[in-house]
Amino acid sequence: MATESEIYPVLTTIFHDVFLRDDLTLTAELNAKEVRGWDSFKQIEIIMACEEAWKIRFTTRELDALRSVGDLVRTIAAKTGGG
Amino acid sequence: MDSGQAMTGCRYGGREMTELHWLPELPDWRARLKNLANGPGSVWDNAVALAGARINFVLTNALDETLRRLLSGPPKELATKPVRLAVLGSSTLTHLLSAIRVAGLRRGIWIDTYENDYGQYWQELSDRNSALREFRPTAVLLALDAHDLTAGVTTAMDPDAAAAALTEVTERIRTTWRLARELLRCPILHQAVLPVHLPLLGNNEHRLAGSRAAFVTRLNSRLREMAEEEGVDILAIDDRAAHDGMRSWHDPGLWHRAKQEVSHTAAPMYGDLVGRWLAAKQGRSFKCLVLDLDNTIWGGVIGDDGMEGIELGQGSPLGEAYVAFQDYARELSRRGIILAVCSKNDEANALEPFEKHPDMVLRRGDIASFVANWSDKAANIRAIAEELNIGLDSLVFVDDNPFERNLVRQELPMVAVPEVSDDPTDYPIALSDAGYFEGLAITDEDRERTGQYQGNKARDALKESATDLPAYLRGLEMRLIREEFDRVGLQRIVQLINKSNQFNLTTRRYTDEDVIAVMSDPEAFGLQLRLLDRFGDNGVIAIVIGRLQTNKDLLIDTWLMSCRVLGRQVEPTTLNLIALEAGKLGARRLVGEYIPTRKNAMVKDHYAKLGFTVLEIDPAGGSRAVLDLAGYQPAETFIHVAEG
Repeated sequence: MATESEIYPVLTTIFHDVFLRDDLTLTAELNAKEVRGWDSFKQIEIIMACEEAWKIRFTTRELDALRSVGDLVRTIAAKTGGG
Repeated sequence: MDSGQAMTGCRYGGREMTELHWLPELPDWRARLKNLANGPGSVWDNAVALAGARINFVLTNALDETLRRLLSGPPKELATKPVRLAVLGSSTLTHLLSAIRVAGLRRGIWIDTYENDYGQYWQELSDRNSALREFRPTAVLLALDAHDLTAGVTTAMDPDAAAAALTEVTERIRTTWRLARELLRCPILHQAVLPVHLPLLGNNEHRLAGSRAAFVTRLNSRLREMAEEEGVDILAIDDRAAHDGMRSWHDPGLWHRAKQEVSHTAAPMYGDLVGRWLAAKQGRSFKCLVLDLDNTIWGGVIGDDGMEGIELGQGSPLGEAYVAFQDYARELSRRGIILAVCSKNDEANALEPFEKHPDMVLRRGDIASFVANWSDKAANIRAIAEELNIGLDSLVFVDDNPFERNLVRQELPMVAVPEVSDDPTDYPIALSDAGYFEGLAITDEDRERTGQYQGNKARDALKESATDLPAYLRGLEMRLIREEFDRVGLQRIVQLINKSNQFNLTTRRYTDEDVIAVMSDPEAFGLQLRLLDRFGDNGVIAIVIGRLQTNKDLLIDTWLMSCRVLGRQVEPTTLNLIALEAGKLGARRLVGEYIPTRKNAMVKDHYAKLGFTVLEIDPAGGSRAVLDLAGYQPAETFIHVAEG
């Protein structure tokens, strides 16, 4: 079980590791267009890191519906019973 | 999940099946990555150290990217040969390249990689002016995916058609190997086909001629035969996936999304498998397995528990697990891995099970270098390498004790020290999963190796060691918790008094009642000392009983200590505490006795080493020593003392 406020700090570490930047601040609105280097390859890295972190597996539909950090956080919360 | 804890390590969550679990976790990994250019060593050495930690695929990428920003080519002083590896395949392989490069880094090998344009490997091989040819690879990895290789195979096929399809595919691969060899003139590693296809018939899938799952099974078997004929090596990810579970290697969703056959989470393991092969090709596989004894190849402490007391052999699950580990070690030695022993023990005690214990699998003759003494293990491992005349970087050291593991890692970073639990069941798995001893062929010489080393002359006396023990001890953050005897600790106190044989000055055995009597005696004190350090709580490790005599001498009736904490300055710190207690009772001198037994020779000179004056030595070897408290200066140690 993970609530949205518990998810953000872990997700922030994942983003910092994936993009090698620790100045990224995650907001619900943040999306791939706003972060340099956030391409489909990095997207998969983020997704797989989340699957490892919360021991979940996203469905194909869930992945296709992701548009922003907020979407991702809500999906994780829902899948872990914290949403 | 417990986010606070997870974020200090190099993983986001719990253990993955494909995790490099034998590598230690480095708590300050991210800080050290940020500081790669300004760390204590060269950029390369700092990066090698980080590659030796347990990291997932994200941090593997981060390390690779950071290093490549700082270094554009191999550092000049490198002892290994730089590698130019061409990775050829028909699916997405990019995510595996950084893992391969980091696996090289872990072994001190610089790797440049090349990946063909998507799906174009055959064209690039054939084209004389291709980027692949310009890359001039020193090694080729052919990573052909299961979907590509089974294209056209269907259950509509009759057995003849299926057999023809198999021949067609294997011959196509053979042609690829020959072309690659002729044009690129370098060794070839061929990835076994990942069995990603689902069965259609079930348990007896092999009866279904056109089954893709059965086709891949047959193909993998044929590939291995053909590899022998053609001099090609196999990357056995099919075996590895069977071991870890197919789900952790292949994610069908990821295949649909990005045509990645091997999933990200398995990338570090994939890379490591390739790294092992490249290292083996350079003759850089590990050659020697160095074993601790107590609680590593048998349960318990031979010096204290004796031949009858150690856990080994049939009858208990733990005893059987130690037998299984010994058996794995002996099988390794029979295929050419040298075995050595490095143990803190009296040599005679350490040798006894090898010579007399009926359940020992390993015998003295299996061990090429046998070092059992009380020196620090880094120094002893140096001596083993010297005796065997092999490099320190060819040694793997297995020890159940985290203190010893970390000492050796710090002092001898080139020695591989797998991270293991206290469960011997894990030890063979750790050695096997780590792939330290990756071999490419077996020679007669391999089979005779231990015998050759056995024939060497007896070992020279230990050389003065250059081990920087003080620095290590300082970094341990040791705390000694001092407590007087109490009812809570009674059981452990009595157990230690009756079990400790080696570090035991007087070997006086006491009952519960005797110990309770000490608690209520105003002229006596009993101390139980617990040692904590960075790696955790070592428990109560020392017991002291002191009694004031009528002449104002404080007699140290009992002083015993667990050998696990030897060499960590517990002795002088304990003396400080004894002096303090003696002062409280109004004593003017400390009197220490040594009563020799068959097992306590290691403390013969204990009091002399601590600055006592030895007064008398009796014919049996016993002695009495005194220390004047008036001029006593407490010893300075790296141990912080606290009240319990």
